[in-house]
Amino acid sequence: MSSQSLRVAGPIEKLIEERISKELVPTSLKIINESHMHRHHAPMQGVESTETHFRVKVVSENSAGKSMIKRHRLIYGLLANEMKAENGIHALALETKTPAEAEKTQTKQ
Amino acid sequence: MTAHHLVARRFISDHAKSLIDNAVKQNALVVFMKGTPDEPMCGFSRAVIQILQMHGVDEITGVDCLQDPEVREGIKEYTDWPTIPQVYVKGEFIGGCDVMVQMHQSGELHELLVKEKLLDEETNPEPEK
Repeated sequence: MSSQSLRVAGPIEKLIEERISKELVPTSLKIINESHMHRHHAPMQGVESTETHFRVKVVSENSAGKSMIKRHRLIYGLLANEMKAENGIHALALETKTPAEAEKTQTKQ
Repeated sequence: MTAHHLVARRFISDHAKSLIDNAVKQNALVVFMKGTPDEPMCGFSRAVIQILQMHGVDEITGVDCLQDPEVREGIKEYTDWPTIPQVYVKGEFIGGCDVMVQMHQSGELHELLVKEKLLDEETNPEPEK
């Protein structure tokens, strides 16, 4: 893990948090900005933004009864415009669990 | 931001649609990705290829979306899914990198590949997670 002093969430990260919180009312929501990991990749040449790649881990009852693709589509839908915009989000890695699934993973470890 | 930056492409071109359609229908397994199966150009695309190889799928048909911007945008509209890579099995969209990782961990991927005869179960038992 690189050394980082106090990290402030940028506007896109705040937006992601707001929209997911509002729609899914999660019991747990973690947003990790991974843009720096992709900055030097060929497809990212010429892109200025530091908010292009995120990893989101959300635990919410809202995911119950939904297939993984359906859960992911829902979140992608919340951020559709930001994902289409030229200087917007390039990648959104998602981990979506219900509280029951999250607990099961915990006890396994 | 000027107005024209905000207008998303709404109509997939005929060229892109038929290219994608053919790829999806003519291949039991196809990965729309960045780069090629031999040389992936992005971590998520590489992860998908590695998972498939780990499961014993040797011949992976890939469509390099970096080669044609119409295909790169077209596949997102075609599937109604905003990111690349995208995996299709027997004409059906399976998911992107996250879904592949989770299916790998749950055993679903092995089941799917065996069911669709994309790997020989005898020579390819389920790999370690």
